[in-house]
Amino acid sequence: MAGFAGYDMPIQYGLGIMKEHLHTRAAAGLFDVSHMGQAWLTGADPAAAMENMVPGDLQGLAPGQQRYTQFLNDKGGILDDLMVTRAVKPLDHDGLFVVVNAACKDADFARMETALAGDAKLERIEDRALVALQGPAAASVLARFADGVDTMPFMTAKRVAVAGVDCLVSRSGYSGEDGYEVSIPESDALGLTETLLGCAEVEAIGLGARDSLRLEAGLCLYGHDIDEGTTPIEAGLLWSIGKRRRADGGFPGAEIVQAQIREGVSRKRVGILPEGRAPAREGTEILSADGASIGTVTSGGFGPTVGGPVAMGYVAVDFAAAGTPIQLSVRGKLLPAAVKKLPFVEQRYYRG
Amino acid sequence: MSDMKFSEEHEWVSVDGDIATIGITNFAQEQLGDVVFVDLPEVGGQVSQGGDAGVVESVKAASEVYTPLSGEIVEVNEDLESAPDLVNTDPEGDGWFFKLRMDDTAELDDLMDAAAYKKFCDEHG
Repeated sequence: MAGFAGYDMPIQYGLGIMKEHLHTRAAAGLFDVSHMGQAWLTGADPAAAMENMVPGDLQGLAPGQQRYTQFLNDKGGILDDLMVTRAVKPLDHDGLFVVVNAACKDADFARMETALAGDAKLERIEDRALVALQGPAAASVLARFADGVDTMPFMTAKRVAVAGVDCLVSRSGYSGEDGYEVSIPESDALGLTETLLGCAEVEAIGLGARDSLRLEAGLCLYGHDIDEGTTPIEAGLLWSIGKRRRADGGFPGAEIVQAQIREGVSRKRVGILPEGRAPAREGTEILSADGASIGTVTSGGFGPTVGGPVAMGYVAVDFAAAGTPIQLSVRGKLLPAAVKKLPFVEQRYYRG
Repeated sequence: MSDMKFSEEHEWVSVDGDIATIGITNFAQEQLGDVVFVDLPEVGGQVSQGGDAGVVESVKAASEVYTPLSGEIVEVNEDLESAPDLVNTDPEGDGWFFKLRMDDTAELDDLMDAAAYKKFCDEHG
């Protein structure tokens, strides 16, 4: 167990990180992510109001559609990353469903209360658990308990009864695999979780494998790969900023972000594949082939599916092309590595 | 097994003449989880009791390895390069880390026997 954003979280369950990771890629893993912050945003036009805080195209979200975006500061730095879903009628809310990181949720929600005052109403959801079911068997498992979930496209959501429990189900996750996140009323959370864990394909997965899975999938971890000092463009998240938002701006730090889109950035987030067996952890200095300091590793460890060490970090833009030879300074030794196109393991989302 | 000695840092020592074989204990590998890399000291290098003598990396994290004895490194377990999981599957056998020529056998008296080490783990686990 380990402290994480004020929660006591298991790093691993019985199988251990390696087997939990491989099991998720082979069958299905269940993750308790109830520590994340869930909220409803309601009002006349919550999407328009929320666009003042994030660069994602939220007004363009169709009902049932989900989008990844970031809260930005006025320098274009990332305050948190989040998922926003436009609810489908009939729901008890006709608004946006928002999921933010546990460590940032109090700050996020406080900022939203202030910034959206008068335009939209924030309702924190404190009585729902959130679990993720991820892996190639996730769809067949969930379809046993819920109608129509196996044909939902990636990044869509709907309200559906799962084993008779009223849930909000989205086809998304943080493993690079097909899968779902299921928001469950607190009183039914344990029962439904046990029902899912009772399926032969499903194992409980801890924070350790959650981290190695997302790293292999090339996904950012807030506070590590992205933070207040990195912009979405440096982080390689331009894809999450829609055309209209790129052109019109209207979000914090828009001038800086738009200039970076136009003129490029001086450093970029890249994948890094060490040549040997030694993992390069967060904070490892990155050097060019001729020994100049060019950046820092922001996430690094062992990739069980890759079968070797993998990392992500920021490098000066001249060294960001896939295949560029680089060096990693690990415990005083310079280890050879190469820039690698992300993800390390192909994402297997269900696109219908 | 009975002649093994143990340190509070969860290393084991097995002595043959003036050569000591050193690894990490079963308790240590259980705490670490899946070992994916072991950074071993250089053969011919000198290490001193309580000092750094490598790093063991699990999927979770990197952990320092401290040598429970002073001496010159005479051999390292090269099998760990391709099969670091030996540390998990046979920590107190094929998963040994390095051998050193002891500077001072009196340092062995600072270590625990199996019974004392078991008690230590029960109290500190």
